[in-house]
Amino acid sequence: MKCDFCDKKATVFLTQLVEGQMKKVCLCESCAQDKGVTDPTGFSLADMLITGTPTSAILGAPIFSSKKRQSDEKKCPHCGFSADDLSRVRRFGCSECYDVFRSEMEMILPGMQIGMTHVGKVPRGHEEKHLHEEKIERLRSQLDAAIQSENYEAAARLRDELRQLETLFPGLSPS
Amino acid sequence: MMRFSTLIRHPAEWMIGGTVDNAVVLTSRIRLARNLRKIPFPGWATAAQRREAMDLMLPVIQELRPMKDAFAQSLSGLTAVQKQVLVERHLISREHAARTEGSAAVIERRQTLSIMVNEEDHLRMQSIRPGLHLRVAYDALNEVDDALQEQLPFAFDRKLGFLTTCPTNLGTGMRASAMLHLPALVLSNQIGQVLNAIARLGLAVRGLYGEGTESLGNLYQISNQSTLGESEPQIIEQLERVISQVAMHEANARLKLLEDEPIMLHDKMGRSFGVLKHAWLMDSKEALNHLSVVRLGACLGFFPKETVRLCDTLLMEIQPAHLQLHCGQKLSPEQRDERRAQIMRLHLQNVTSPVTVISDHNHHPLSDSNPSPEP
Ligand SMILES: [Zn+2]
Ligand SMILES: [Zn+2]
Repeated sequence: MKCDFCDKKATVFLTQLVEGQMKKVCLCESCAQDKGVTDPTGFSLADMLITGTPTSAILGAPIFSSKKRQSDEKKCPHCGFSADDLSRVRRFGCSECYDVFRSEMEMILPGMQIGMTHVGKVPRGHEEKHLHEEKIERLRSQLDAAIQSENYEAAARLRDELRQLETLFPGLSPS
Repeated sequence: MMRFSTLIRHPAEWMIGGTVDNAVVLTSRIRLARNLRKIPFPGWATAAQRREAMDLMLPVIQELRPMKDAFAQSLSGLTAVQKQVLVERHLISREHAARTEGSAAVIERRQTLSIMVNEEDHLRMQSIRPGLHLRVAYDALNEVDDALQEQLPFAFDRKLGFLTTCPTNLGTGMRASAMLHLPALVLSNQIGQVLNAIARLGLAVRGLYGEGTESLGNLYQISNQSTLGESEPQIIEQLERVISQVAMHEANARLKLLEDEPIMLHDKMGRSFGVLKHAWLMDSKEALNHLSVVRLGACLGFFPKETVRLCDTLLMEIQPAHLQLHCGQKLSPEQRDERRAQIMRLHLQNVTSPVTVISDHNHHPLSDSNPSPEP
């Protein structure tokens, strides 16, 4: 049997269920290494087959060709990752990219995941932290407003309150 | 800090089973992917950002209780062969081994826990146990995850779960897998059917190097494919259920072979043993296939029980980087074949020839700790 990516003899065979269908890919030793297939725990066939046939080469083929024009300028303000980068590497630049490219991502998720919503582990204290984060943000904008309107008494009180909250969660330093 | 030579001097307990039943399921492995909030993922980060993230994570990892006296090394401080040895031991991924500056590996003394820093994700941590014990492996890793979360701001989204570089890992960020030895399902031509059934359940199954559905050494890996939409316990329970069913099929197939085709089985044992014990040149394909036969034989009572352990050690020792590391020099493929055969002869010199095993309906060698046939 021949490798699906080149003409060499295939030695690695993968079978996975992708979008409800059994897909099979045959690779030679070097293509398998190239694509990281040799570590089964770090590899998903869905990822490789996302555009359909593997012969069209894994990287390079854009996934959002139809949406490409309108998202051309879209970039993650935090890390500079663009929609173009996303369709090229099919990976994200940073955690904030998930907010920026949420709609693009929701298009590709059904092909690779059973569900669309996380039902597993939630980090300890995450909910609590989240509420505090929101409160801190609210206080900060109130503080800004107080300073703007030269209401120094209110500003001093808000600053104290903020400081107290921030010592509770030192991880939540201003971004 | 622990030295590389100390780390790899002995095979890890999980590689050779210890006291656990690993007749069919050799190992269980859990891997979790985690990332730091707002810091670019390793593949998109600049070298400086990668180093910064590493400097943030490494001290926290080394403070973990199980990581006291661990092996901790920047990948730029390891040779290609050393990295390859870690890959062959499943302690780091092939992808990680390709990295240098700004990436690191921290490996616990007993090699049951390893953490890759700046692999595809900021953190890839894994826990390995012998036999079918995914839940145990998960619980151990979950503790590590909790401890890290206290100190590191992990990227987490309430809808998407843990945010990962690649969306195929979103949600739990968890990949659970087991390695199975399925020689009897292969010999009885049932393997294709079994693998199809597993794949139809949405699980990933692959043979480690082989032609068609037959894998070299008859070693197969079964893992979950989806990470989003199911909880960790759900994923693990489904996998454990499927894997124990496959293991039971294999166990039954072994007994049935012994019952239906004893001559064929005895012939295979004698031939594989003869080759392993007397050959002077052996490529890895030949070695894996004969080791697979002898491993099956040891489980069925043809060889002393400890031979399973020996086979599992040898599976590791005959891989290219392990051979080169022990020789202390680069070896050509021909030299490796010679060296491989030499190691086999050495390790098998005290193993006695296969005995005659008679099938016994009332005796189930695989569910018993003592598989040797009763007189
Ligand atoms: Zn190829
Ligand atoms: Zn970003």
